[in-house]
Amino acid sequence: MNEINQPHTPIAVGDGAAIPHKSDAGLFTAWRIAFFGSIILCLFLAFGRPDQYMAIFKFIPDGIVITFKVTLGAIMLAIVFGLIAGLGRISSNRLINGTASLYVEVIRGIPLLVQLFYIYYALGRFVKIPDMFSAIIAMAFCYGAYMAEIFRAGIQSIPKGQMEAALSLGMSRQQAMRQVILPQAFKVVLPPIGNGFIALLKDSSLVSILAVSDLLRRGREYASETFNYFETYTVIALIYLIMTLFFSKLISIMEERLNDGR
Amino acid sequence: MMAVSRPMIEVSGVSKFFGAFQALNDVSFTVNDGEKVVIIGPSGSGKSTILRSINCLETIDRGRISVGGMDVSDPKVDICKVREEVGMVFQSFNLFPHKTVLENLTLAQTVVRKRSKKEAEEIAMALLSKVNIAEKASAFPAKLSGGQQQRVAIARSLAMNPKAILFDEPTSALDPEMIGEVLDVMKTLALEGMTMVVVTHEMGFAREVADRVIFMDHGRIVEEGTPEHFFTAPTHERAKLFLSQIL
Repeated sequence: MNEINQPHTPIAVGDGAAIPHKSDAGLFTAWRIAFFGSIILCLFLAFGRPDQYMAIFKFIPDGIVITFKVTLGAIMLAIVFGLIAGLGRISSNRLINGTASLYVEVIRGIPLLVQLFYIYYALGRFVKIPDMFSAIIAMAFCYGAYMAEIFRAGIQSIPKGQMEAALSLGMSRQQAMRQVILPQAFKVVLPPIGNGFIALLKDSSLVSILAVSDLLRRGREYASETFNYFETYTVIALIYLIMTLFFSKLISIMEERLNDGR
Repeated sequence: MMAVSRPMIEVSGVSKFFGAFQALNDVSFTVNDGEKVVIIGPSGSGKSTILRSINCLETIDRGRISVGGMDVSDPKVDICKVREEVGMVFQSFNLFPHKTVLENLTLAQTVVRKRSKKEAEEIAMALLSKVNIAEKASAFPAKLSGGQQQRVAIARSLAMNPKAILFDEPTSALDPEMIGEVLDVMKTLALEGMTMVVVTHEMGFAREVADRVIFMDHGRIVEEGTPEHFFTAPTHERAKLFLSQIL
């Protein structure tokens, strides 16, 4: 787990590729070397060693699509879970607060892989839904707990005076939350959510054990047929790296825009 | 303008504790319709706490506060209704930073008062002109000086057509050269007959505008009277000492 020190972000989330800031020259250079280096290496392998590698590059794109679907589906659902649980964590209602806190504590205390197995098979016992859906729900349920803490911290980072001003204008708590607090909190939580997205992209490789044909699973399928384990996992690792580096850059650009807008 | 003797805000026997610390100790006073009351006192005397209690931003442990006949501490009373009728201006302005100046004024009008966007904007522009800041309507609060922000905050609370406005140290966070512009707006409001309760350290303002001055210390009202009486011949030692330090 790498600790990220982001000068603009009051909330630091550990996991995920480091988001390169222009101010951090070393990391910025490292990002360039890693990103362009892995693209060049991929091209070199595909066209320089076509007999060993071309077939791999042809076999796995289906898996990339599934990996994206799982990641996007899970992050969106996790944001919904996280927002609900995060609001629950700051609720003055004891029952709601207790339930939300219990969810966060329990989920964060169990390894992701164990939870995936558990939720996947628990769901399978009661409802018949496609494997990919169960995997998305399981991932989202786990990540929702981390998102909840991000939302809680984001909401609590908004000065108390904002809620008081909204209330004193006659707004209800719900109106104030929706109109005044959440729009400001979203700006604060966007970078850590971006971090969560990258962490989730990587962790989505865990669903390969649940009969979901994601990038890693496709690689395993290919390798077990051809016994080209080294070549296959080289390509898989490079593709994950390119994806996470690409998104970390995208998020850092988004973040810069956001800070300029202030 | 003469005060009409109809009680707008009634505070009776109010006490409040923060843990073991007693912030308010049996505080009682009445603010009549159209009256301007200035509350002064050293820091920690409970003056802000009593003001915030009127708007139910603080809950009270004992006593009763009613605003326009509605009991603030009664759980059956819709507190939002009370707050609709009583504006509040804060020391730190508390403008909504993600909204433009105009949107700061229209938000509660459309959400709470259910006015149309057009009507809300017309009212907002008229009020911004009144506080001399109409040209900043489309700016974000961060681009404004403290004095400008506080004038917008006053306009924002006026947009709800409150029956009374509470001012919680409205000039304490301002640079000296900006205090005047905010006090001028408040004086205009006073002349128009707005019911005002003002917690402030601006003694000049208190002297000029207040119908009544309340002096608080250690959570109690120590002295209450007209400004002439308070500033020239205070009865209590504590008030005399405070005035000697501040004037």
